[in-house]
Amino acid sequence: MAGQLSIAKALNDALRKSLESDPKTVLMGEDIGKLGGVFRITDGLQKDFGDGRVIDTPLAESGIVGTAIGLALRGYRPVVEIQFDGFVYPAFDQIVSQLAKMHARALGHVKLPVTIRIPYAGGIGAVEHHSESHEAYFAHTAGLRVVTPSSAHDAHWMLRQAIASDDPVIFLEPKRRYWDKGEVGAAADLALHDARIVRPGTDATLLAYGPMVKVCLEAAAAAEEDGRRLEVVDLRSLSPVDFATLEESVKRTGRAVVVHEAPVFLGMGAELAARLTERCFYHLEAPVLRVGGYHAPYPPSRVEEAFLPDLDRVLDAVDRALAY
Amino acid sequence: MTVKSTARARKKATPGVPDTLRATGTDAQPELVQLLTPEGERVEHPDYPLTTTPEELRALYRDLVLVRRFDAEATALQRQGELGLWASLLGQEAAQVGSGRAMRTGDYAFPTYREHGVAWCRDVDPLNLLGMFRGVNHGGWDPNEKNFHLYTIVIGAQALHATGYAMGISKDGTDDAVIAYFGDGASSQGDVNEAFTFASVYNAPVVFFCQNNQWAISEPTTTQTKIPLYRRASGFGFPGVRVDGNDVLACLAVTRWALDHARSGNGPVLIEAFTYRMGAHTTSDDPTRYRLAEETEAWKAKDPITRLRALLEKEGLADEEFFASIDAESEKLGLRVREGVRGMPDPDPTLIFDHVYSEPHTLVDEERAEYVQYAASFEAGENL
Repeated sequence: MAGQLSIAKALNDALRKSLESDPKTVLMGEDIGKLGGVFRITDGLQKDFGDGRVIDTPLAESGIVGTAIGLALRGYRPVVEIQFDGFVYPAFDQIVSQLAKMHARALGHVKLPVTIRIPYAGGIGAVEHHSESHEAYFAHTAGLRVVTPSSAHDAHWMLRQAIASDDPVIFLEPKRRYWDKGEVGAAADLALHDARIVRPGTDATLLAYGPMVKVCLEAAAAAEEDGRRLEVVDLRSLSPVDFATLEESVKRTGRAVVVHEAPVFLGMGAELAARLTERCFYHLEAPVLRVGGYHAPYPPSRVEEAFLPDLDRVLDAVDRALAY
Repeated sequence: MTVKSTARARKKATPGVPDTLRATGTDAQPELVQLLTPEGERVEHPDYPLTTTPEELRALYRDLVLVRRFDAEATALQRQGELGLWASLLGQEAAQVGSGRAMRTGDYAFPTYREHGVAWCRDVDPLNLLGMFRGVNHGGWDPNEKNFHLYTIVIGAQALHATGYAMGISKDGTDDAVIAYFGDGASSQGDVNEAFTFASVYNAPVVFFCQNNQWAISEPTTTQTKIPLYRRASGFGFPGVRVDGNDVLACLAVTRWALDHARSGNGPVLIEAFTYRMGAHTTSDDPTRYRLAEETEAWKAKDPITRLRALLEKEGLADEEFFASIDAESEKLGLRVREGVRGMPDPDPTLIFDHVYSEPHTLVDEERAEYVQYAASFEAGENL
C-alpha cells in the first residue's frame, strides 16, 4: 500500500480486505452502517458489502456480543465494534463467561472466531465513559487474546490477523491515534502476538503499548539530547505477552519502566514488573518502575492531562531508575 | 391463549384499560392451549390441530417415562455422592419432550441446565449430560453433532446465542429454526429481553420456549412479572402463546406451529409452557422453606405421564405388554446410567490447559509445562 495512511484508514482497509477475502466475515455494531461508525472506521463498507454483512445493531452491547457468539457457532466470523470503551461493560458476561470459555467448555468441539474492536483510552477531551483503559480485565481472562496496535501498519495487519484467528480477540484501538499517519507495508512482518522493538537503546527499556508508544518515543528522543539512549518496546499483544523479546531487552539494558494509561494498581505493569523481576533478577540495576493512571475514576477532561502519563512523567521515572 | 384468541380478547377488553393490565398477576389463568386434559381426555383446539398415530402416542409415552427415569437415577446418584449436583426436570417432562419432538433434524436447541428431556429427544447420550454434574468437564459434548448446544448456567445468556445462530440461518437461506429454552426467572434478564429485540428486528427464525415452572429457586413468578409471561411478546412485536406445559400433545402442536412460523420467515414466537417444578431447584435446594406441600400436591394431579397413560388405556392404544416393555427398558436405562457414571474416570489434571485456546498461547503452554514438571517431581520422589 503506497503512501501514508491514518490508523483509521488502515483499519478501514483491513476490514474491507477481510470482507472481500471471506464471505463468512460480518461486521456488527452501533452506527457502523450509513454513518460509518462514530470514528468512521467502517466508512463506506455497508454501501459496498450490503446491510447483511455490515450490520447496524440495536443499542445493546450484551446483545451484540451474544448474537455474535451465535453467528460464530453457525460458522460466521463476526467482527464486533463496541462504540466506546466504557460501553463494553454491559457485554462483560457475554465476553468473559460465554465467549472466552465456550471453546474449553466444548472440549474444543466449537471455535469462536469473534473479534471485538474497542476504541479505548483517553486524551481526546471526551465526556465520562469515553476514555477508559480496561485492558487488564480482558488480559486477565483466559480464553481471550488481547492486542493493541500503535501504528498504521500494525493496525492494518494486526486486525487482519485478529479476524483470521480462530480464537476470540479483543482488539483495542488507541482512539487518540486514529488520525496519526504512517506507511502500511505490503505484508505483516510479525506474528500477531510478537512485541516490536520500535527504538533501540542501551540505558533503559521503556515498555508501552497502544497510545503510550508515541509518548515513549518522544521521551526517548528527548532523553537522547541528554545523552541517554532509551530502548522502546511496543508490546502489541497483552495476551499472550511476548516475554522473550521483553526479557532480552531488559537483560541488555538492566532497567525497565512500564508505561500505560490504565491505573497502575493491578494493571498490566504489575504483571510485567513481577515477571521481569523473576526472569531478569541478576541483570536488573533497578526495580521495574511503573508509570500510569491513578486509582481514581477517569477524570473530567479539563484535568485529564494530569492523569495521563506524558513525556515528563516518563522521564521522571527513567531518572529514578537510573539513580539506583 | 392463542395468538388469534388474544386478538379476540383485545376487542372485548374494557375501553381505556390497557390489555396488559386487564388480567394481572401470574395466577390469572388465561385459556391454556390444551389437547389432553389431566384426566386423559383428548380435546381439540381450533388453532392447533394435531393428528397422531397410536405409534406416535406410544413413542411420546416412552420418551416421558424414560426421561423421568433418567432424571430420578441422576438424583439418586447425587444422593450417593456420585454427582456433585443435579437439577431435576421432574414435572417438566411434557414441556421438554413435546417441544423437543417438534424439532426437525436440522433445527438447533440452546438449553439451560435442566433440558435433559430435550437432550433425550435430540438423541444426546444421557451420560454426556452427567459429566458436568459429576465434575469431570463443563459439558464437553460436540454441540453440532446433534444440534444441541452445551448447557448454559448463567441465566438467560443462551437466548442471545440462539438468536445469533438463527440470524445465521437467515443468512444461509435455509429453513432450519432454533429453540431458545429458558425459565420464568430468566424472563427478567436483560439478555432475554435483548434476544427478543434482536430476534424481532432481524426476523430471526427462533422460538423462545419459556418453561414457567412457577419457581426461580425460592422466588415465585410474581417476583418476575405482573403480567402473564407470554404477553411479553406483544411488546416486542411477535406472537406469544401460553400452553399447558404438562400436556405433551399441546406442547408438540404449539411448538411445531411456532417452528414452522419461524422457519417460514415470519419471525420469532414466544411460548410460555405453564408447568411446575415438582422437585427442588437442585439437589442443594430445600423447597420446604418457601412453598407449601399443598401446592405441589395440587400439581401432582396434572402429571404429564399419568394423563397420557390414561389416554392410551382408555382408547385401547397400548396393552400391558407395551407398558411392561417400557418398564423393562426403563430398568435397563437406569442400570446403564448408574454404571456409566460410576465408571466415569476423573480426567488427567492437564485437562485444565486443554482447549483454553484453539491455537497456541505461550502463557498456557508455559504453565502446562511447569505443572507437568511439578507433578512429575512427586512421581520421582523429589518432593516427598
